[in-house]
Amino acid sequence: MKLPVPTALASVAGAALVGLLVYGVSNQAPNRSLDEALAHGEHPPAPLAAKALPVLAGSRSGSLAAYRGKVVLLDFYASWCVACQEESPLLERAQRQLERNHGTVLGVTYQDAAQESRRFTSRYRLTFPSLRDPSGQLASAFGTRQVPESFLIDRDGRIEAIARGPIDAAFVKRALTLAEGS
Amino acid sequence: MITTSPAFTARLASLAQRLDATLPALISGLASTSRRLRMTLPALAAGALLLSPSPALAAAQRPSLPQIEPQVMCVTCKIPLNVAESAEATQERVLIRQLIDEGRNEAQIKRALVAQYGPAVLALPSTKGFQLSAYLVPIAVVLALLALLALLLPRWRRAARDQQRTHTPPPALSSAEAERLERDMQRFD
Repeated sequence: MKLPVPTALASVAGAALVGLLVYGVSNQAPNRSLDEALAHGEHPPAPLAAKALPVLAGSRSGSLAAYRGKVVLLDFYASWCVACQEESPLLERAQRQLERNHGTVLGVTYQDAAQESRRFTSRYRLTFPSLRDPSGQLASAFGTRQVPESFLIDRDGRIEAIARGPIDAAFVKRALTLAEGS
Repeated sequence: MITTSPAFTARLASLAQRLDATLPALISGLASTSRRLRMTLPALAAGALLLSPSPALAAAQRPSLPQIEPQVMCVTCKIPLNVAESAEATQERVLIRQLIDEGRNEAQIKRALVAQYGPAVLALPSTKGFQLSAYLVPIAVVLALLALLALLLPRWRRAARDQQRTHTPPPALSSAEAERLERDMQRFD
């Protein structure tokens, strides 16, 4: 059956638009490849570990790779996030315990103005180091679209566990076990 | 009692006469100078105001929060800042106000916001990557519609011409029918 030219053109244009829409929607969905890898028993390397990010307290830059050799509890947070405020005391306790076992909590601020983040860390007396991720690339690589989200990274820079939401005592215990055991 | 010589008295009298003659001229001269100054001073002041960067003018050029708000997003709520009510939106507004108070212009404020929140803070889509489609798709749709019209219009015209050509005039009325029509028409007069 031969289609008339206008009908064929309209069909192609319609299909292109639908394709674009599908691509757009799938592109906007958060990346869950790390979660899937963990679910399959794999321990994927932390993405963009070498990416240099500005340090929250100061003008220097730092990266996740700089903590290679330590167990890292990577936590994405923001000053405007209520759950992050509630999680803060637990994170700070985790930092004190991890520090003694050659580990650390590493905060990464998410879509937050630097001065607000600094005010937040001072209000909740957070002593762990924090990086800023103004482009959102690191958060995106970890599939983070909301905060708080935490990632437990071993001494080799591989992801051991993910908490999409506030961490709990069990997550901290797992981090400590990893730090003490390795 | 003081006594003076007749020469001194005559000298004093002459001085008084000269003063009498020059004083009105001096006073009128001063008055005219003052008038001229009064007339020229506002003009000079206006000129100085125009030449110097006046605070009022600077304030007019300075962007305002309502001007910036629709151009940026509340990054977490994913809606324009002017309609956002979250805590994060409030923080963004505080930062914008601070930047305005620092005397930054619109472009500088936007750059500072991107440095803090990333490119997602800008309301207009980026001209890179997938977001470029936000600009290209409307253009493509308009072009496609124009192409469709260019294809269809000649066909429609041709069809209309063909219809006209094949159109056969209705048969003429018989005399009986013409009389009846006339009668009917007269009834409506």
